[in-house]
Amino acid sequence: MSENKSKKLDGKVPSGPVESKWEDHKFNMKLVNPANKRKHTVIVIGTGLAGASAAASMGELGYKVKAFCVHESPRRAHSVAAQGGINAAKNYQNDGDSVHRLFYDTVKGGDFRAREANVHRLAEVSVNIIDQAVAQGVPLAREYGGLLSNRSFGGAQVSRTFYARGQTGQQLLLGAYSAMMRQVDLGTVELYTRREMLDLVMVDGKARGVTIRNLLTGEIESYEADVVVLATGGYSNVFYLSTNAMACAVTAAWKAHKKGAYFANPCYTQIHPTCIPVHGENQSKLTLMSESLRNDGRVWVSNMKGDKRHPAEIPDAERDYFLERIYPSFGNLAPRDVASRQAKYRVDEGHGANGGEEAVFLDFRDSIKRLGEDKIAERYGNLFQMYDKITGENPYKMPMKIYPAPHYTMGGLWVDYNLESTIPGLFVAGEANFSDHGANRLGASALMQGLADGYFVLPYTVGNYIANTNLKKVNSTDSEFKDSENTVKTEINKFMKIKGEKTVESLHKELGRIMWDNCGMARNKKGLTDSIAKIQKLREEFHNNITIPGEANGLNPELEKANRVADFIELGELMCRDALVREESCGGHYREEHQIDGEAKRDDENFCHVAAWEWNGSADKAQTRNTEDLTFENVKLATRSYK
Amino acid sequence: MATAKNNINLKLKVWRQKNNQTGGDFKTYDANNVSPDASFLEMLDAVNETLVKKDEEPISFDHDCREGICGSCGFMINGNAHGPQKGTTVCQLHMRHFKDGETLVLEPWRATAFPILKDLVVDRSSFDRVIKAGGYISVNTGNAIDANATPIAKPYADEAFMSATCIGCGACVASCKNASAALFTSAKITHLSMLPQGQVERHQRAQDMVAQMDLEGFGACTSTGTCSASCPKEISLINIANMNKELLRATLFKKEEVGGGDMT
Repeated sequence: MSENKSKKLDGKVPSGPVESKWEDHKFNMKLVNPANKRKHTVIVIGTGLAGASAAASMGELGYKVKAFCVHESPRRAHSVAAQGGINAAKNYQNDGDSVHRLFYDTVKGGDFRAREANVHRLAEVSVNIIDQAVAQGVPLAREYGGLLSNRSFGGAQVSRTFYARGQTGQQLLLGAYSAMMRQVDLGTVELYTRREMLDLVMVDGKARGVTIRNLLTGEIESYEADVVVLATGGYSNVFYLSTNAMACAVTAAWKAHKKGAYFANPCYTQIHPTCIPVHGENQSKLTLMSESLRNDGRVWVSNMKGDKRHPAEIPDAERDYFLERIYPSFGNLAPRDVASRQAKYRVDEGHGANGGEEAVFLDFRDSIKRLGEDKIAERYGNLFQMYDKITGENPYKMPMKIYPAPHYTMGGLWVDYNLESTIPGLFVAGEANFSDHGANRLGASALMQGLADGYFVLPYTVGNYIANTNLKKVNSTDSEFKDSENTVKTEINKFMKIKGEKTVESLHKELGRIMWDNCGMARNKKGLTDSIAKIQKLREEFHNNITIPGEANGLNPELEKANRVADFIELGELMCRDALVREESCGGHYREEHQIDGEAKRDDENFCHVAAWEWNGSADKAQTRNTEDLTFENVKLATRSYK
Repeated sequence: MATAKNNINLKLKVWRQKNNQTGGDFKTYDANNVSPDASFLEMLDAVNETLVKKDEEPISFDHDCREGICGSCGFMINGNAHGPQKGTTVCQLHMRHFKDGETLVLEPWRATAFPILKDLVVDRSSFDRVIKAGGYISVNTGNAIDANATPIAKPYADEAFMSATCIGCGACVASCKNASAALFTSAKITHLSMLPQGQVERHQRAQDMVAQMDLEGFGACTSTGTCSASCPKEISLINIANMNKELLRATLFKKEEVGGGDMT
């Protein structure tokens, strides 16, 4: 395959005013007759919010759904860990919220790098998500009058976030999971657990199936379908240390990328400001402290550099409440990219906690004084408990120490308005796609997007694809499937036979360090260029010097890791390339060369577009950077300010 | 925060079993220079890293979020499900709770309904089947009315929430002498029976879920309370009393109705 020329992509946004695009589009889409639906199979990879809701909804419609997850139960998917909440434009608080305001906040919050039409649809269906969840029995927080309660999240001046204490993700996931299990009971959804997708099978240029490793037996299995949906989450684990769960990987998306699905804006990653700081070398992951804590917690550092005093001994006059100082109108609820960057500046200047550690304080002293410990416990009890367990310090008595950590990835597989990738029949939902958050996601919008895609978008657009497409019969015994199985088996055997010196874990850590230092909160040309060379060397070492004990047939966690880390290494290089070419700062992508007083400086003239990278047949070949132009007809392109 | 000065050394006696066809036995490992700030699983990671370097198979254990919410992790430490700290999953258990020189015995959950798959990994799919039998409200996507159209008194909403916090880890079963799943099953039954949305299928749900629980081979509840005591989410024993009440209600009052899952 030769290197392809750069193309312009069409997002297939329907015409008409933004407010009616989705309604009109729903009417214009073709329907599949109920009796015909059961003749069509949809494969859903991943059973988090996006995957479980898609599988449940399409099962309800009558499609034959096969749902796969790497976990032993779909309820373990990483959506479970989302803490703070889910946004919806209900305006139950009568504080001026509306679909348009949620749309506006999300476009602005994403630093004008998202597709307007997608964001508007997201804001529209947000209200249906809350209705659906409550109908399923999701126990969202309520006031004494019995009605739903809201809290505020970063980047918004209204209270539109619905929540279930500090475990909104778990409760919404259990809702989607139970809806899916009901379909399993009814026989419309077939569930395959402990299965990992290792290849996408293409027939006649369309996605027609997947090749899967059964993680228990090691068997390589393939499954055919008319449509494949990837809902496989994000790739923050490329940083090794992140708030993602241990099994979160880019593998399914990356395999699809290698088969022709373009990967959009890989450099857009979110570094979450409030995570528990790193404790040592053996740390395996980082733990988030929900953004909701910034409703009542105040972020500060000492005015004095290298101040080693106990935080309680630092008087107010000697504290710098830096978010309140710099962003008076949003205060502690400045968006994540902005808040993270400011925390990093303070630490870089020497104001870190306890004499300069990589940490700033998140303090509840004033709220406890104002509301009482009981009220704070009611709002954040489980988060405080988690903090106490991890650090051994009591946050009711002493401010939390927090520091930014990789948390979410806005980039992902490129999809059009229908959530279809550049491969016909391959749809991508939730964090795995790139579509709605631009260069920075607002808090409490990930749950919203995952469920919007699964409950309310895919059931329509997948049907439209099936109704409009001539799908010849395929079978998992066809040569395309056998070829794919052989490729996967060969790759696995290669890994098993290396028997080198390095553990997969140690190389993953090395990759993480390169990425965090050079493609994390701040990036520059030299760092990115050097990193690309380092990652290429790391890739070579990986393929020649890793060691995996045990056998390929049977449960082998080291082999699972190797499959995932191999893809993270290739992705890491692409992230650096994407960050290098994007000569501007926007949202979470902060190039030190492009700033005004420490704030991101966009270049709308040259970069008001999505970058969608195309695989050219081998990891040794540079990928082609295709673009999709972004136009802003409803929210005026402006410098994003929270001051 | 990280200092080497307080690091400890431990001995681990770990259950090793190749798969569910073979038997297993205990093997002893050293865990040296363990930071008190490390989590229990991070301590195991370090032991595994040394095994991998020697081309020996690492100790398999289920784990994922490492934040105490996904419910993947869990094994017995010295006979306690998730270890000695109350209200804590093993991933959230930190090494500062152990003393230098201690010997720790690690065993998988043991229950007929949780067959051992490898080392500390067990098959808990029986829990999914209990949920599948009726742990839901039958409402298709798009059928919902406005979320605030049905107010729910806060005490009921809160109680439903408390029951819904179950993470399905299986500690209740593992620590029960009868290997009963009563706490798990009753938490879901209670969660849904507290809510107005859950009323329609209330009777059928209790009957179906309890029947499935029995079918899976879980033992009967004899109210010893170890389940609740070992539950990392501290799910209350009252849930079980409530399940028995729901079951009785269903037996007495259930009309010939057909529950959601059995319509087709």
